[in-house]
Amino acid sequence: MSLVLNFWLRVTSLFSGFGEQFRAMNKWQRYSAYGLGVVALYLLPYWPDVPVLGQIVNTPGSQFETVLNDQVVIFVLIALGLNVVVGIAGLLDLGYVGFYAVGAYVTAILTSAHGNLPWLLALPIAVVISMLFGVILGTPTLRLRGDYLAIVTLGFGEIIRLTAKNMDWLGASRGISNIKKPPSMFGLKFGVLDAKPYFYLGLTMVFIVIFILHRLEYSRVGRAWVAIREDEDAAELMGVNTFKFKLWAFTIGAGIGGLAGVHYAGKVGFINPDNFPLQLSILFLAAVVLGGSGNMYGAILGGILVAYMPERLRNFSDKRILVFGIVLVLMMVFRPEGILPKRVGNEHKKRRAKSQEGEVAS
Amino acid sequence: MPDWLIIRTFWELTVTGLALGSIYALVALGYTLVYGVLRLINFAHSEIFMVGTFGALLASSQFLSIPLLEDGNYPYRTGMTLIIFLVFIMLIAMLFSGIGAVVLERVAYRPLRGNGDAFGAVVLAFLTAFIVSLVFVDQAKINVIIALLATTPISYAYLRFFKQGRKAPRLAFLISAIGASTAISEAVGVWSKHGRDQYQTPRLLEKKTLFTMFGTDVRIDYAIVIVGALLMMIALTLFVNKTRLGRGVRAVAQDAETSRILGVNVDLIIIVTFALGGVMAGGAAMLFTLVYDQTRFNIGFILGVKSFTAAVLGGIGNLKGALLGGLLLGLVENYGSAIFGGQWKDVIAFVVLLVVLMFRPTGLLGESLGKARV
Amino acid sequence: MSEVLLDFNNVTMQFGGVTALNEVSLQIKQGEILGLIGPNGAGKTTCFNVMTGVYAPTLGTVSFEGKNLAKLKRFEITKVGIARTFQNIRLFSEMTALENVMVGADARKKASVGGAILRTSRQRHEEKESRERSMELLQFMGISDRAETAARNLPYGYQRRLEIARALATEPKLLCLDEPAAGFNPAEKEELNELILKIREQGYTVLLIEHDMNVVMKVSDRVAVLDFGQKIADGLPADVRNNPAVIAAYLGVEDNAS
Repeated sequence: MSLVLNFWLRVTSLFSGFGEQFRAMNKWQRYSAYGLGVVALYLLPYWPDVPVLGQIVNTPGSQFETVLNDQVVIFVLIALGLNVVVGIAGLLDLGYVGFYAVGAYVTAILTSAHGNLPWLLALPIAVVISMLFGVILGTPTLRLRGDYLAIVTLGFGEIIRLTAKNMDWLGASRGISNIKKPPSMFGLKFGVLDAKPYFYLGLTMVFIVIFILHRLEYSRVGRAWVAIREDEDAAELMGVNTFKFKLWAFTIGAGIGGLAGVHYAGKVGFINPDNFPLQLSILFLAAVVLGGSGNMYGAILGGILVAYMPERLRNFSDKRILVFGIVLVLMMVFRPEGILPKRVGNEHKKRRAKSQEGEVAS
Repeated sequence: MPDWLIIRTFWELTVTGLALGSIYALVALGYTLVYGVLRLINFAHSEIFMVGTFGALLASSQFLSIPLLEDGNYPYRTGMTLIIFLVFIMLIAMLFSGIGAVVLERVAYRPLRGNGDAFGAVVLAFLTAFIVSLVFVDQAKINVIIALLATTPISYAYLRFFKQGRKAPRLAFLISAIGASTAISEAVGVWSKHGRDQYQTPRLLEKKTLFTMFGTDVRIDYAIVIVGALLMMIALTLFVNKTRLGRGVRAVAQDAETSRILGVNVDLIIIVTFALGGVMAGGAAMLFTLVYDQTRFNIGFILGVKSFTAAVLGGIGNLKGALLGGLLLGLVENYGSAIFGGQWKDVIAFVVLLVVLMFRPTGLLGESLGKARV
Repeated sequence: MSEVLLDFNNVTMQFGGVTALNEVSLQIKQGEILGLIGPNGAGKTTCFNVMTGVYAPTLGTVSFEGKNLAKLKRFEITKVGIARTFQNIRLFSEMTALENVMVGADARKKASVGGAILRTSRQRHEEKESRERSMELLQFMGISDRAETAARNLPYGYQRRLEIARALATEPKLLCLDEPAAGFNPAEKEELNELILKIREQGYTVLLIEHDMNVVMKVSDRVAVLDFGQKIADGLPADVRNNPAVIAAYLGVEDNAS
């Protein structure tokens, strides 16, 4: 019995121990560690060429950089966005795939079906329209409490897909093809075969989103979100305009989902309603919960795992959804807070207040 | 379209809408019962329904050995044989769904309440071992067995000794429900005989016109569905209102803590609640196969979403609400798809839900089993 | 001293058939400490909830500095200048003590999403102000040594005081304390008394709902008594203590019990 406990503590301390060491470094050491990490991430497509590491990371049966972009980057973006809604503000959204679809469809409409705009111009328009959809859906529904919100958002996701499927203007079930690709920039050419430029672009999007979300999280807005998640009534009585901040969470989440859709549409060049099934919403949610709902880095980890593991471990690819279903149940039983649980407070404040013993995450 | 045809279509749509609505209502009861007692959306209830349809399929094609076609014709039965067969199939479907619901509760929900039992722990430990062997071990049989043997006792011990008494947050229950739902449906999709393909169920009943009303032929299978659903609902209402266990269900729905203090065995009541919901879903499943003659691993999902919509529409936690919501949804969907086209059917259902919730945030009849939330 | 801050005018509150408050009139004057007492179920907490906008009164009006509160949303009432604590502690348990107080301080701030993303100078200024003010309040309440601890891991006494700090951070004119001494031992109650007096010295008006007669009688300038949803007495602590109706309704019961 104590053996099991000991083992478990060791496994979990692998994560937290690393964090402690990291926090103990001085400013310059930390910045250079960050820098190295970023470079290593941009070099990810070349990892399979590294002798031993390559053996471990490479995906059998599919091209590594395609997996990185089409699966991992998309899932990470989406997990980041959904984490704002579900993890930080505590609003259960089961129709997140809807915003992803809106982003992709707006890009498709503007650059191919009903317009001839360049991708780069479609990007901001699609993100803004996704956010608008967030407002349109959020305004009537965010007054509802948890469970009702879940079912209504689920319905919303389905409405989007069915509308796309049944309207000729949206390409019906044929979908929309010839979506424009991102323009060449910084010496990168966005073609059909090479996925690497898309990955660099997507990774850059991820960094921008992290930057924005980090600023939001450690501000008045982030505090309001967490307060709403913890106790909505108390938050409102402490002067938090709960409706406004819930709507912001929803809108920002929608915008990030839309961004992922834009990136996806630009890469594949062809979309149809079957790319956006309801089950995808559940995989997205699985990513956030698995990694650690409420912790941005947890959500990223979850996104990576959900997207990458099935590609790496091909021997269960047909059982992929089954495995996620079971893992979700097991996760809730064994570790409801996810692999990287949310932290209370933020790290640089903790270092300053070292005088007292911390008893966080007990 | 001439006027008389519209009228005629209207009544036809009403009959088929009521039949579909009856099935929604029966499944909705399961959501409502569990929500009333645990304040939990039993997201996996849709798969309990799906399991019921497979129960009905097994009962007719395996237990009764009825083929899909006999000498090129449907295997019609008549008279007493038909009635006995139908009742038998329904009982088996109910059994499948009922057991499914109870197992689901003990594996996916009860451990989260902090009082998991040995049964749940065994299943969870086995599932853990299964995942470990699938993900980390190559497919050689002996390695899989070693992984199973090594992992099962460890996770069992962990569950029994470290997870007792810890109640998970509300969101965790819903996620667990979503996971269980996905897992059950996929398990059937992966391991059943024809996998993800559609299954035909034997058609025992000749679908003749039973009588004509307002110029519309009412087919016998629709009549059976509507009457059968009503009878089951009456039986459920009697059970909840007149029996000791039913009183327990209502007491726990009112206030679980107080009930526990007053000596109600809350865990038993929860099992009963799940079993009741499962039995209703099983009945619905059999009636479903009677009308549509088919099933599939993912058949529960959209029907479950619709039924939950029906429950919310009527006021979740409220038995009458489930009936009202189910019938209403069936009708609205049918009329709506006649006006806008069948491809918009699901959209209409969700739009109706949205509109109702905007004006009545707790559904048409309100949350009666449950208390209003502060 | 004599300016009326909060005016409770003939307020009736009904839940279904149950009348929780029956034509209660009550005035809270600028700068005083008003004790509101009454036996269990007398309607004290309902009074509170009507005041802070949790319930809208069935009949009658509540006005604050002459402004009717009926039309205001809950968070707007906080901004008008009423803050409260909760009888059953309702902190944001996954936030640190400091962050809990900062949520309160944020009520007076303006920077929103745009400001946070761009880190405008106003946003940085507000953020600094919030943090410093919140730290001051934690020091004032004597709990700054645990500023970075998650609220759920704080000892009970700290949690109670953190609730007061969070309410004070919203810069209220009227601070409503709902049984702040619940679960305290006599020494802690003594400390709390001093704290409440200190809060008043800072210029806050205090409404105190309390079960414990010692606390109420010691710190209150004036005491109002509720019984069965009706106000049965209102006056100086000494007078209320000797009021026969009050003794019958409340003190007598309390004396017998103790």
